[in-house]
Amino acid sequence: MSKYRKLLIAGTILAASVTTPVLAEKLGLGRAALPDEIAAWNLDVSPGGAGLPDGSGSVTDGEEIFSERCAACHGEFAEGVGNWPKLAGGEGTLANKDPLKTVGSYWPYLSTVWDYVHRSMPFGEAQSLEPDQVYAITAYILYSNYLVDEDFVLSKDNFLDVGMLNADGFIVDHRETAEAHFWDAPCMEDCKNDVKITMHASVLDVTPDTVDDAIPAAAEAVPAAAPAEATDASQMAAADVIVTEVDPEVVAAGEKVFKKCKACHQIGDGAENKVGPELNGVVGRAAASIEGFKYSKPMIAAGEEGLVWTDETLTEYLADPRKFIKGTKMTFGGLKKAEDLHAIIAYLASVGS
Amino acid sequence: MANSEPKSRRAFLKGAVATGGALAATSAARAQETPDPLITEVQPWASELGDGVDETPYGLPIHFESDVIRRNVPWLTADAISSVNFTPIHALDGTITPQGCAFERHHSGAIELAKPDYRLMINGLVDQPLVFTYEDLERFPRINRVFFCECAANTGMEWAGAQLNGAQFTHGMIHNMEYSGVPLRTLLEEAGVKPEGKWIYVEGADASSNGRSIPLEKALDDVLVAFKANGEALRKEQGYPVRLVVPGWEGNMWIKWLRRIEVLEGPVESREETSKYTDTLADGTSRKWTWVMDAKSVVTSPSPQAPITHGPGPLVITGLAWSGRGAISRVDVSKDGGKTWETARLANPGEPMALSRFYLDTTWDGKEMLLQARAMDETGYVQPTKAALREVRGENSIYHNNCIQTWWVKETGEAENVEVS
Repeated sequence: MSKYRKLLIAGTILAASVTTPVLAEKLGLGRAALPDEIAAWNLDVSPGGAGLPDGSGSVTDGEEIFSERCAACHGEFAEGVGNWPKLAGGEGTLANKDPLKTVGSYWPYLSTVWDYVHRSMPFGEAQSLEPDQVYAITAYILYSNYLVDEDFVLSKDNFLDVGMLNADGFIVDHRETAEAHFWDAPCMEDCKNDVKITMHASVLDVTPDTVDDAIPAAAEAVPAAAPAEATDASQMAAADVIVTEVDPEVVAAGEKVFKKCKACHQIGDGAENKVGPELNGVVGRAAASIEGFKYSKPMIAAGEEGLVWTDETLTEYLADPRKFIKGTKMTFGGLKKAEDLHAIIAYLASVGS
Repeated sequence: MANSEPKSRRAFLKGAVATGGALAATSAARAQETPDPLITEVQPWASELGDGVDETPYGLPIHFESDVIRRNVPWLTADAISSVNFTPIHALDGTITPQGCAFERHHSGAIELAKPDYRLMINGLVDQPLVFTYEDLERFPRINRVFFCECAANTGMEWAGAQLNGAQFTHGMIHNMEYSGVPLRTLLEEAGVKPEGKWIYVEGADASSNGRSIPLEKALDDVLVAFKANGEALRKEQGYPVRLVVPGWEGNMWIKWLRRIEVLEGPVESREETSKYTDTLADGTSRKWTWVMDAKSVVTSPSPQAPITHGPGPLVITGLAWSGRGAISRVDVSKDGGKTWETARLANPGEPMALSRFYLDTTWDGKEMLLQARAMDETGYVQPTKAALREVRGENSIYHNNCIQTWWVKETGEAENVEVS
C-alpha cells in the first residue's frame, strides 16, 4: 500500500514538472550574422518590390534565354511540356471546371515570378541566373501572357507598373464564417432516406497496381545491405564485369554528379524518355539515336554526321553543351570540374548498357 | 521458405470467402478436424538458431512486412524529384508513423546536408541578426511534442470524384511523429524581434528553398525547430538535420533543411503561398492563407488495400482522426453510407494537433457495408460530407479536402473507394 502511494506521489511530481522551459534571459548562443552572409541568403522579393536588385531585361533577350534555359520543360511559348507547369494562357478559366492556372491567369504578384525564377529555377540549376537574366525571363513570361508588348524592358523602376490579371482574385481564409455550419451538432440517426453509390474509383482505374501485383514483387525485395540491382541475375553479372573494369568509387561519385541530370534524364531499369532521352548504354551509342525522342535539329544533324558518344565527345559535350552542339535542347550549363566529368562518364558507362 | 512468404491478397480473399461460407453461426470457436502441424510438428524455428545480435546493426522491418512501404502515383506529377508519395496508413496501427514509411514531398529532391555544413540564419527585423550551427541548436532548452503533418493536397485528387482505390493514396499524405526540438520562440527571442516585425519568412537549404510566410503570432506560439523525430535524427527525406514543425498547419509550411528565418512587416507572397496552396472556389476567386488543416478522419481497415479476410463474425473497424484546431473529441462510424452513426472508441484521449486512433469493435454479418468515419474536434467542428464541402467550395480547390470518405465493403470482404448520394 505504501509502495502504491509513493508511486502516486512520484506521478504527481512528474506531471507538475512537464512544462515548456522558460528562459529568463538570452543564452548568448550563435554568432552575429555578417552583412555579406545576409546579402548572400536574404534574396526574397516582396510584393512592394523590396529585395529587388538593380538591373533590367528585355522581352527580346528574355525570349533567347527562356529558349535556352526554360523551354525544355515550359515550352518555347511558356505553354508547358507534358506535366511541367504551363506559364502562359488560361485567362478567364478560373471559374471553369478545369481552370488553367498560369502566371498570366492566376499569379497575383509579379514579385513572386522574379523571386521564384531567381532562387529556384532552372530546375536542377537553381541560383545560376544573373539578375538581368531574371528580369529578361520575367519580361518574356509577361509577354507570353500578352501583358506587355514585344519591345518591353522590365527593370526595378517599372516593376510595380505591370498589372497582373488576377491581382484582386484572392480573399483571406474565411472558413470560420463561410463554413460556420460545419460546427453544427452532427446527426446520428435517420440522417438520410436513401443512399446510392454515385461513383466508383474502379471506373477511372487510375490507382497504381499495388494490391495484387506489386505485393509479391515487393516481397521479393532484397535486404538493404545488398545492391538494389542484384534482383536480376543478368544484371548481377553485368555489375560484376564493371567492378573489374572501373573503380567503383568513381562510379559512385558519378552517380552523385548525375543528380544534376535526374530532372530530365532517366537511366537504369525501366528508364524512359523524359525531357531528355533515356541514357541506358549512352556511352558508345550514336548521337540522336533513341527512337521516339524529339531531338533538336542540330543534334539530329550531328548524329547523321556520325557523332558517337565516347569518353572524349561526352567530356566535351558535358563541359559546355551549347558550345559543343549549338542549338541543343539540353538546358544544362555544363560540368566545370574534370573529376566530375570523368566520374559521370564512368557512371553512365556502368549502368544499363 | 516458400510457405512463409506472404500470399497475395487475392489468395487471402479466396480463402476468406471459403471459410466464411463454411462457418457455423455459433458463438463457439471454430472446430478443428485434424491436428495443426504448426503445433504438432517441431518447426525449424523452434529447433534451429536464429540471427545473432549484430545481424542488422540498424534494423528494417522483417521481410514479411515488405509490402508496408511508401508508394507514389506517377501520373500526379511531372517527375519523381518534385513529387510526393504516400504513407501506407492502411497497414499501420497506433498513431506514431515510423520515419521509414512516412510520406515524402520534395520540391527539388531530398538533399544531403551534413551537420557540420548546417547553418541557420535569423535576419530581418531583429535586434541582432544571428547565425547558429547545428551544435548551437542542441544547447538550447528543448521539448518533445507529437504532431501530425498533413500535406494540404492530401485527398486532393478526390475533389471531382472517387479516384484512387486505397487509403494510402486517398489519405496517405500524412504522418505523425514525436519531435524533439527548440521552440522557435526561444530562437527569435535570442535575436530579439523588433516591434514592427509581424511575420516571419522561413526557407530551406534545398534548391527549391520552398519559402513560406508565417504570422509572428503563430511563430511565437507553438512552432518548433526540430532535429529529432521518434527519438532519432530526422531522415534525409524529412529534412535532416533540421526542419520546422508548424503544428496543425499545412505540411508545405514545415520547411525541411531549414536554413533561414527572416522577420518581416508583411508576407513575402512566395510561389508556394500564391500560385500553389491557395484554394480556388467555384466563382474563380481563391482563398489564401488557408493554413489550418480541418478535422478529418478515415477508416484505414477495412479499406481497399486492407480487405476483410476472415468472413462474418467479430470485426475491428479502425482508422485515424486528426484536427489542426486542437484535439479530436469524438469519431463516429457509419456502416450504411451515413444514414446512422455509432460512436467509436478512441484508443487514447485526443492530443492537440496529433493523430488519434479509433476502433469500432463490431460483428460483421457478412453483408455489404458503406463504411464512413466522421471526426469531431474540441472546437465542435464536425468533418463534413463531400457534398457539403462542394456546396461551399466547388470542385477546384485542389487543397484542403477533408470530406467524409466512403469505402464500399462487399460481401467478399473486398473494399472500394466510392461516392454516395
